[in-house]
Amino acid sequence: MRIELEKLSIGDELPVRAHTATNVTLFMYNAAVWNPHRIHYDERYTTEVEKHPGIVIDGPLQGDWLSQCVLNWLGDAGSLSNFRYSNRRAAYLGETLTTGGRITQIDPAKRSVGFELFVKNEAGEVTTPGSATVTLNG
Amino acid sequence: MTLLTKEHLAWIGQSEPPVEVEVSRRDIVKYSLATEQVQERYLRGDEAPPMFIFNLFGPLLEIPKMRTDGLLKGFAGPKFPLPRVMAGGVELAFQRPIRAGDRLIGVRTITDIYEKEGSSGPLIFTVRSLKVSAADGEAILEEQQTSISR
Repeated sequence: MRIELEKLSIGDELPVRAHTATNVTLFMYNAAVWNPHRIHYDERYTTEVEKHPGIVIDGPLQGDWLSQCVLNWLGDAGSLSNFRYSNRRAAYLGETLTTGGRITQIDPAKRSVGFELFVKNEAGEVTTPGSATVTLNG
Repeated sequence: MTLLTKEHLAWIGQSEPPVEVEVSRRDIVKYSLATEQVQERYLRGDEAPPMFIFNLFGPLLEIPKMRTDGLLKGFAGPKFPLPRVMAGGVELAFQRPIRAGDRLIGVRTITDIYEKEGSSGPLIFTVRSLKVSAADGEAILEEQQTSISR
């Protein structure tokens, strides 16, 4: 697959995608990254000791979903050069989170494209903003 | 008033010993399934998704050495008078993707510690840089990860 740089415009939007994590999702993710923090699987501990309203969806998992928003648009047409995200608002088990973004920068000389990205909750609040830069194949 | 002492701030600039990690295809596949990847190169485990790096060089400890909250005792860094730790933000710069079979070396350095007043009390931010290279010295990526104590 090839992406034509000249056909891209600032403001072009990335496809949105919804993620609804389950207990199984969080178990598998935290096992895969070897994260035993109890706020991701022990509801009683999470609410009574750490005082969250529910099981917490991992910040880095939301970061992964955010990166996929760009990577799945890019396919094999280039590579990810830079990626950043920040967990600003906690998200809890049961919430459906949506990823999306838009093009903010196009550099024909470097064949690079910059994106502003978001993870939003059902209330439309951004839980995790981010940005990425990809370099398209020549 | 600040919660940060000279002893806390003395950690800035300190590196942990290098950690070597062998990347297995099966570990990439597990990660890819858990994170709902859709691209074949990730689902086959040929190449790791970029965020596979999260905690890849984290400490592996016996259960009695872990804290009751499930976090790890003895993670190199200052001990703050704030009990809860949350993931803050991550910034990554990639030279090339991680692939199955890679032997990687990671060196983690505390690059900054600072305090802010949050809406529900003080927050302490710790920034750790992780430089990852292949065993032959080829640069793979650099990660800057912020953790927030509150």
